Amino acid sequence: MQGTTAKPRPRIDPVSRGFWDNARAGKLSVQMCQDCGDKHFPGSPVCPKCLSENQSWAPVSGKGTLLSWVRFHRAYWDGFRDDLPYLVCLVGLDEGPLLMSNLAGVEPEQIRIGARVEAIFESIDEEFTLPKFRVSD
Amino acid sequence: MNAFHKLKDRVAIVGVGNTAYGNFPEIDDFGLGARAFRNAVEDCGIGKDQIDGLLVCRVPSYARMGEILGLNPRWTVQMPPHGRMSGMAIIEAAAALDAGLCDYAALIYANIGRSRRVNYGGDESPGVWDPWGFTSPGASHALMFQRHSALYGTTTRQLAEVSVAFRHHACLNPSAVMKQPITIDDHEAARPITEPLRLLDYCLINDGAVCIIMTTKERARDLKKRPVMISGIGAREAYSTASIPNFSLNFWYDEMRDVAAQAYGMAGVGPADVDALMCYDNFSPTVLFSLEGLGFCEQGEAGSFVEGGALKLGGRLPTNTDGGHLSNSYMQGWALNIEAVRQLRGECEGRQVKDAEVVQYCGATPCSRSIIYTAG
Repeated sequence: MQGTTAKPRPRIDPVSRGFWDNARAGKLSVQMCQDCGDKHFPGSPVCPKCLSENQSWAPVSGKGTLLSWVRFHRAYWDGFRDDLPYLVCLVGLDEGPLLMSNLAGVEPEQIRIGARVEAIFESIDEEFTLPKFRVSD
Repeated sequence: MNAFHKLKDRVAIVGVGNTAYGNFPEIDDFGLGARAFRNAVEDCGIGKDQIDGLLVCRVPSYARMGEILGLNPRWTVQMPPHGRMSGMAIIEAAAALDAGLCDYAALIYANIGRSRRVNYGGDESPGVWDPWGFTSPGASHALMFQRHSALYGTTTRQLAEVSVAFRHHACLNPSAVMKQPITIDDHEAARPITEPLRLLDYCLINDGAVCIIMTTKERARDLKKRPVMISGIGAREAYSTASIPNFSLNFWYDEMRDVAAQAYGMAGVGPADVDALMCYDNFSPTVLFSLEGLGFCEQGEAGSFVEGGALKLGGRLPTNTDGGHLSNSYMQGWALNIEAVRQLRGECEGRQVKDAEVVQYCGATPCSRSIIYTAG
């Protein structure tokens, strides 16, 4: 069911499916090349480092560092209107890749760039779980 | 020396034209593009049928544009509607002219985003991060400015200097959309959009078009006005975080250092020689990042560099003398390039930089570019 006030859902395709399947199981993952070991996000049809198609979604620690944040005061989708103002964070995972996500349970005044963060999982419905982050230190 | 340095001073901008800037629901991109083209043809005195190269940007169809203008060129390029394309387009045209692929190139940009209510975010530009509510180029610049503040102590009052200086210039430019002066306090009080950025950190969204006519140095001598030479160019892309649109974790610093080395090296000038800077300003923070990357100051010092009106006419580095995207017109770099030409011709009247001899265009984006113009 997607009404006019729904939030955008992920576009799940053969490349990205593994990420969302893992998220539903409460695991954060990044795409890993089985040939050269490169880890990256978002998923890619070939490994950006060695061009191999032999890739998988490898679980990561879910731990990372807060690199920046932005607080939206404008709703580009009606589904976010009730959340305004809402926080989006940029996380550098310990394994390397960058992730945009939401920062839960914190006010902007308390946010310190460089803080340690960890993944939490918010179940949106039966099909779709959204990984978010909270400050861990 | 890079091989492309042989392009130094071989290609000129000989004609520039623009439409009025505003909200024009009654005319489409082709109509606006045609007006700008007509003005540019008039500006250089060329017979329009001499034009045998056509580049369009944000114009939906090169073929329809050619039909409307009665052109059957032997060189055509269509560029996507992204803001970063103006510098890329001028450089591509310079290379084509030098190679003889065409003799006279017309570059046409048109934007009808105001009257057609373009939002630059949400479902218009789907992305990987939509489920988390992250969208729009402004939000990426907010992320970068927030990080710049954390690393270097840059304040929003320093950021305000950019918006205040460009509005001051817009008030001196009869063509500019925004005509009310603003203060640093006005900037601080404006409504937040993507915090820490506020309304006055955002470019305008308006309709309009720009046309640039270019040719080789030898052909340029026969035209109406003094040519403006392309003396230096620099280019570097940053695609490794392209899924976060309009974003660089290091503020495009390394790319802009590379661009600066290429462009200054080719032109044989340095930042101290630049009489005016035309700096891509979709959002105010990118001006700070550009100043650092080009070497006008060290990384992290742009906040203090711009204090006290440094970017205003009469300041240490007059920047975006037309008012820029923030206050003149959202022509995505194209209007800044024609402002560079007009400054070097001495046509800018109340906003003229006295004795301007070297004017630099730059855009710090995922496709960073700079062009150094000199009077021919």
